[in-house]
Amino acid sequence: MSLSNRIKNQHLLSRAGFGVSIDDIPHLDKNNNKFLKEIIKASQDTIQPLEVQDPFVENTLKSMNPDERGDMSKEMFSEMNKPKGKAIRMQSGKDIQQLSIDWMHEMVYSKAILREKIALFWHGHFACNVNNSMYEEELLSIIRNNALGDFRILLKEVSKSSAMILFLNNQQNSKKHPNENFGREVMELFTLGRGNYTENDVKEIARAFTGWQVKTGAGFFFNEKIHDTGNKTFLGETGNFNGDDAIDIILKQKQTAVFISQRLYRFFVNENIDASAIQWLSDRFYKNDYNISLLMEDIFSSDWFYNESNIGIQIKSPVVYIGGIRRFLPMTLQNEEVQIVLERLLGQWLFNPPNVAGWAGEKAWIDSSSLMLRLKIPSLIKNDETLDLKPKTDDDVQMGQKEYLQIGPKKKKSGGYQILASVDWSKLLKAIGEKDKTAVLQKMKSLLIQTPDNKIDDAVIMGDKTDEDLIQFTRRITIELMSTPEYQLC
Amino acid sequence: MHIKRRSFIKLSSLATASLFVPKFLNAMAQDENATVPKGNKVLVVLQLSGGNDGLNTVIPFSNDIYYKSRPVIGLQKDKMLTLTDEVGIHSELSFFKSLYDEGNLGILNSVGYPVPDRSHFRSMDIWQSASDSNKYLQTGWIGRYLDEQCMDCEMLTTALEFDDTLSMAGRGVSQKALAAKDPARLLNNSKDAFLKSLTKMYQHDLHSIEHESPVDYLYKTMAATQSSASYIFEKSNSKKTTATYPNTQLGKSMKTISSLILSDANTQIYYVSIGSFDTHVDQIGRQAGLFKQINDAIEAFTNDLKANNKFEDVLLFTFSEFGRRVSQNASKGTDHGTANNMFFVGGGLKQKGLLNNMPDLEDLDAGDLKYKVDFKSVYATVLKNWLGADDEKILGKKMEYLSFV
Repeated sequence: MSLSNRIKNQHLLSRAGFGVSIDDIPHLDKNNNKFLKEIIKASQDTIQPLEVQDPFVENTLKSMNPDERGDMSKEMFSEMNKPKGKAIRMQSGKDIQQLSIDWMHEMVYSKAILREKIALFWHGHFACNVNNSMYEEELLSIIRNNALGDFRILLKEVSKSSAMILFLNNQQNSKKHPNENFGREVMELFTLGRGNYTENDVKEIARAFTGWQVKTGAGFFFNEKIHDTGNKTFLGETGNFNGDDAIDIILKQKQTAVFISQRLYRFFVNENIDASAIQWLSDRFYKNDYNISLLMEDIFSSDWFYNESNIGIQIKSPVVYIGGIRRFLPMTLQNEEVQIVLERLLGQWLFNPPNVAGWAGEKAWIDSSSLMLRLKIPSLIKNDETLDLKPKTDDDVQMGQKEYLQIGPKKKKSGGYQILASVDWSKLLKAIGEKDKTAVLQKMKSLLIQTPDNKIDDAVIMGDKTDEDLIQFTRRITIELMSTPEYQLC
Repeated sequence: MHIKRRSFIKLSSLATASLFVPKFLNAMAQDENATVPKGNKVLVVLQLSGGNDGLNTVIPFSNDIYYKSRPVIGLQKDKMLTLTDEVGIHSELSFFKSLYDEGNLGILNSVGYPVPDRSHFRSMDIWQSASDSNKYLQTGWIGRYLDEQCMDCEMLTTALEFDDTLSMAGRGVSQKALAAKDPARLLNNSKDAFLKSLTKMYQHDLHSIEHESPVDYLYKTMAATQSSASYIFEKSNSKKTTATYPNTQLGKSMKTISSLILSDANTQIYYVSIGSFDTHVDQIGRQAGLFKQINDAIEAFTNDLKANNKFEDVLLFTFSEFGRRVSQNASKGTDHGTANNMFFVGGGLKQKGLLNNMPDLEDLDAGDLKYKVDFKSVYATVLKNWLGADDEKILGKKMEYLSFV
């Protein structure tokens, strides 16, 4: 059975982007192929740079003498406890929070939805947590600029970023004292996947990366003095390889194209891999010399992407969930910082992945407390109720001190957070373009619920409040539909 | 549409009469009087978040290196209670001194893991997931215990974390612990009339389910949360303890735990955290304040359990993601270190007092204590000897057993 353009386009918007926005509603019946082309084109437009870093961080770090600064690994974690270190950390915390808010803003309002969505994928794929705004900003910029470009360039730039070199301890990787962490993770997490290299490959490739270091504020530099110039043998090749050679050798392995195709398929299509689709995608990805944009076009234009078994079965990540609500509801969010609290409570705090393996995704998003909170958030938006929950503390940022980040106005009595959003319900009703309650319900349901054969009983949603006017009705049913388990899926 | 709780439960009881109704919906018909048999073993995990300074907790006061390394923050003898001729315990932990004297405290020194990590989040991740420091797991050791023990559990009450969000420790592949700072609030959130009507609506259509789809998983979690919340709420009120507890977050949590244990609730693992022990600056006052909270809460809890003959069935242990460096820093504090000590409290300890040697301050690794006991051995021992579980499967490898239980 072939699906309508509307269903296909909604599916595309939910996977290639962050769901249907109020502005998309009039265009949903467009030819699906044309719709896809527009999304891809919009995502190749000039990028909106995200620059939030206060010069204080960079200036202070640069002004410190090497002794004050200590080991560069201290520029990321909380161990630098001199007054200047503490000031840097606090400013970094504020900067990273702003970076996160600005990026969320792009996800919600930019037309380049595919680029921001795949950037979110790379943000988890190249998981990194350095609590230093200068380095986090640089890494996000590399990821967003190359998100749909050449995977070889993306991989090399990420691997040479200050954030990643510090995070994966390559600063300490020298001929005399090799540190295997960086080389291991490049193969295990970034390219080949576990089981596709030997322990000996790890040892040898680590030697190729010796000397890849960074300098405070100046970024990557190749420290020849500590580079191992001997012959190395890994992945079946022998030679006096350096780090760039190592990455090229990894990319020669077809397995890299397979692994990246699998990861992208899981993120954009279905967590259960389809072997023939992966074979086809990875063959083409390899042949196209790792062109990410072409790979994405392959995915979104294939018949299987629009197969019913792939629609409405993905659990939205917290960022997609929050972004999706903001895209659909015409709303102003007075305290955007509250999104950080929600991200933390729901388990996807941007710039703070749980570990180098990134976020596990799918069912791992859902536990009793995160699900109950998701089902409650829409009514918090509607009623300005207080969110009386506290995220776990993060000692890497806080160093035992109280939470210093200002997260919106607090209610005095309970100390909870308020979402403080105002929604223009009549604008939404106008966009829906329906005049009676039954029609509004049907339209709203088709826009918000992606599960093909959903069991939501209209009678439960309609209710028996006959005195509601159409706007009140629209408001109530929108909130109720967003408070269903089905709405968690896309 | 508002459904009264009683009639709701009746409705779902009818549903369970049908063989075709998937198991998870039985969760809604859970008998709220269900209890566990007498002698059921309970574990309480007390996480000291932020990296507690073990050397100022259990103090080697006869060791010169200790005072040389800590000229300002080294504790003098009048700031501790002596356990042996060489070892003292922080003076705010006076109840732990009593537990030590009566043989209900075990102290295990130098617990850690190879190639230690100094980031809070990574080291906590290693402890909670029970992974090696060069491996990354997406599940926690308690979660994997639930995966093993709880394939058929209809509720989420086997492990209960007292917080608004669930830690990595409680996340399994198919099972997860329940997280709630306060049972009453969880109940309040989950009994929303609209959500209940959704659960009921979904139930009508379940005969069509052949295998669990994502939406089934969500409904199952919602239904299980609703029934678990009401179970925990009812149980924590059915034989509510009459003992007095300190009015701190930890005191309140321990009081709820006690009430649940006294009413023979089916929860086997309770998980509580306190912090922050990240004492880079002005360590003395902060650590003492936190110890006082722990001491008072555990004193009330222990006495309560003893008075109700439950102390033999409960094992509590403490841990922190790392210890701190042997030498103090320039801010009257200590920086991130490695190996640390753990406390074991309970009426059923097989080995008491100091379970091994104090850390060797002469044999350091660049200023840090060397670990002597892998923390995964502690988990293996607790899983096998206390909870009767398959530790090898849960931890993914065979660890050496210790003999404290």
